[in-house]
Amino acid sequence: MGATVFFGCTFVAFGPAFSLFLLTVAGDPLRVIILVAGAFFWLVSLLLASLIWFISVQLSNREDSRLQYGLLVFGAAVSVLLQEAFRFAYFKLLKKADEGLATLSEDGQSPISLKQMAYVSGLSFGIISGVFSVINILADSIGPGIVGIHGDSPYYFITSAFLTMAVVFLHTFWGVIFFDACERRRYWSLALVVASHLVTSGLTFLNPWYQASLIPIYIITISMGVWAFFTAGGSLHNVLACLSCKQEEDNRVMVYSALQVPVED
Amino acid sequence: MYPLKVMLIISSVTYPELGIPSIFHPNFTELHPRLKSSLFRLGFCWGNSVERKIYIPLNKTAPCVRLLNATHQIGCQSSMNGDTGVIHVVEKDQDLKWVLTDGPHPPYMVLLEGELFTRELMLQLKGSSRISGLAVAISKPSPAQGFSPGLKCPNDGFGVYSNNYGPQYAHCNWTCYQDHNLPQNGSVPEYPLCAMQLFAHMHAVTNTVTCMRRSSLQTAFSLNPEEVCDALSDYNVWSTLKPINTSSKIDPMDEVIIVATRIDSHSFFWNVAPGAESAVASFVTHLAAAEALHKVPDVQTLPRNIMFTFFQGETFDYIGSSRMVYDMQMDKFPIRLDNIHSFLELSQVALRNSSVLWMHTDPVSQRNESIQPQIKTLVEALINGSTGANVTLQEVSQSQPLPPSSFQRFLRAKSIPGVVLADHRTSFQNRYYQSMYDTAENILMKYPEGLSPEETLDYVTDTAKSLAEVATVVARALYQLAGGTGNTSAIQADPRTVSRMLYGFLIKTNNSWFQSIIKQDLKGLLGDELPQHYIAVTTLVNTTQLVQYVLANLTGTVVNFTKEECLNPEKTPSPEKEMYVYTWVQGSRDPNSTSRVPFCVQSTVHLTKAASPAFELKQWGSTEYSTWTESRWKDIRARIFLVASKELEIITLVVGIAILILSLLATYFINAKAHVLFSSPGDAGAVAY
Repeated sequence: MGATVFFGCTFVAFGPAFSLFLLTVAGDPLRVIILVAGAFFWLVSLLLASLIWFISVQLSNREDSRLQYGLLVFGAAVSVLLQEAFRFAYFKLLKKADEGLATLSEDGQSPISLKQMAYVSGLSFGIISGVFSVINILADSIGPGIVGIHGDSPYYFITSAFLTMAVVFLHTFWGVIFFDACERRRYWSLALVVASHLVTSGLTFLNPWYQASLIPIYIITISMGVWAFFTAGGSLHNVLACLSCKQEEDNRVMVYSALQVPVED
Repeated sequence: MYPLKVMLIISSVTYPELGIPSIFHPNFTELHPRLKSSLFRLGFCWGNSVERKIYIPLNKTAPCVRLLNATHQIGCQSSMNGDTGVIHVVEKDQDLKWVLTDGPHPPYMVLLEGELFTRELMLQLKGSSRISGLAVAISKPSPAQGFSPGLKCPNDGFGVYSNNYGPQYAHCNWTCYQDHNLPQNGSVPEYPLCAMQLFAHMHAVTNTVTCMRRSSLQTAFSLNPEEVCDALSDYNVWSTLKPINTSSKIDPMDEVIIVATRIDSHSFFWNVAPGAESAVASFVTHLAAAEALHKVPDVQTLPRNIMFTFFQGETFDYIGSSRMVYDMQMDKFPIRLDNIHSFLELSQVALRNSSVLWMHTDPVSQRNESIQPQIKTLVEALINGSTGANVTLQEVSQSQPLPPSSFQRFLRAKSIPGVVLADHRTSFQNRYYQSMYDTAENILMKYPEGLSPEETLDYVTDTAKSLAEVATVVARALYQLAGGTGNTSAIQADPRTVSRMLYGFLIKTNNSWFQSIIKQDLKGLLGDELPQHYIAVTTLVNTTQLVQYVLANLTGTVVNFTKEECLNPEKTPSPEKEMYVYTWVQGSRDPNSTSRVPFCVQSTVHLTKAASPAFELKQWGSTEYSTWTESRWKDIRARIFLVASKELEIITLVVGIAILILSLLATYFINAKAHVLFSSPGDAGAVAY
């Protein structure tokens, strides 16, 4: 009955990503392009990171298991730094593209706001890194067996799926915060994003001690989510307004929102 | 889970003349309990793929494969994607009840101890949908301890044909099973449970007619033919006492005495066919008799010739002998049926009760007035041969039919005087006939402990001595039958040669003697594992080639040829080159150096095809000739792993679906309200359209 576990884990890992893509990205061609390009940037960063790790393993003594473990940690850290570097490169590229888009458009305004671009690029990083971290596990979950014959936790599949879900969310939030921080030159925010990414990556080394990795990662995810919410313009007042808002108010705000010109620095 | 595809069809490897029913074969794979070697070292995160965290492949497995004949199929089958079940070790009959009715986690994969693997149990298991498959664990003496005779076979009175059972089952290190599937404190074991998956999907179905038709259609119309079954075939080995010219027919007036044994065996499992009593002991005796006869000074002047014949594939409805008879009838063989003076067959001879050897004769020929005196001569020659030897020859009652024997194929073609020698009178002494337990222990071969391989090779066991006695009797009788008038008491088979052959064919082919008598490029056929004597579908199996080289070594002469001359005898001026076969063997190791001293052996050993005439004639539904084929398969393997409870799987799916729906709803809601949520003064909606 491997299909049950497979679909269960797939829905857990990619359910949120799928609904976000379907409802907020798929309808707009420009966002789809940004999503695909973002995924490409992430892939290139992964390629470079794996090259660095591969070369370091080749050059080192492969019998020394402690050294190899150290190299793996090093590789993960390099990968995190490269991902953030490529996020920055992607930000620069999108800024350039945004200028081009603005000159092309009839009213001289870009058809997409920087915050929207930040969100879509973050989601793209999240989706592609989620796919890469969990796809081989999902492939093996189709078989009849579960992990555990060598004493590993039998909850391996479901915890991997939840971890992937957290990674998708985290990348989305990091994208929003990172772009905003670049825009406003708030370097401490950038540092915090990179640091939390490094911590998250490091926490996965605690696996298979899942309580020790999953719970902190979810705490980080929730706090990043709150931060990203405020960065994106949310506030407690808005939440309350949203929960109590009425239909006619909606329509008015919708019109207002559609007419709103994105603020550009 | 996967339903049990029970392939239980009556085998037609039956002996109608004895009226013995055959065995049923359900889904099956045999398994060596060598889990430790296959346990993976848990390494670091890389190189430690998820699959290795889940599965332990079982490397040393011997499957039961599907064999087909004109009307039936026997053997085993799994579904295309393998059959999975929770492992349950059945050690006693109560365990069966758990598997068949009580156990809460069906389907079960039954792991049987070898000795419980009987027909009765198979019949009990076959109807149950709660069984997904079956594995048999057998204990084998580990090579490090040598061939220890510490395994005792139970001596209760099992019928001859009642199927395999045997050595005590050594409990293997089934940690997976012990940790997960054994009831703890009397309670029912909880998930996750240890399970096993067997893959043994067979391509061929129904019978040989169907599968050969499909294969021939494929070869006729497809660019990439995928054949589904292959005929069992190999080569017969034969030689003559006096050389004959194989490129022409011998003179019609010449008389030839045929000595025959089979050289193949079979068991439930593919390529597990030790056949100690059913084949090896007999052909070793035969080889020893051939050697003893060749040593007699005046054999080349005897009035009659003797042909030593080793039939391959006799287990499967007499493939080898039926082909030789067919070739003789079709004039494709240098000897015609009319040349045959008499026929002497060595059936199973190793397990004699108080050294009695029974002479079986054909009751129909006994009533034939022209044949009967010749049979009498044959019997008398044998009795004469046994004087002074520790073998008592006795005749069975004249109304009793012949036991299963190659001689029957010759009798079908022509009435020939003949005797079949066997250690049994009415029913086999061999309790492990065509069983994986028909090993050296079965013929009571015992070596003292602490011998080196070299000493073991030359150690003369009691079995070897008694087989040498039989060989002596056979050789003396043959000498007399061939018209020899000299003193027969000088003819003596060598117990040491018998010991060496028994060691080589039953325990280890990779011994110094076999190494010295084979061609250099055939080193690959010697191995350290137990030799198996299954005919298989590939031609020239190890047994055939080894019998060929041993026979050449024992009956041939060393000639002073160079390598060039030996490999191309047609270039030499020797007048006898038509009559002989030359083999360039690698020779034994020089004690002072590492190199070998090769030499050229001149012998009369020939190979002829042992493929059933049914395939030659394309009569796949033949009732005259053997039609056995072996199904092809893609993948035979087994693996063990843990399975989760259904509840855990369902919970996973429900959680997944809940998260998907929840995230869809939440995204929809947040997206719809994005303008409110993300509308701080001077800021636009981040996510809104």
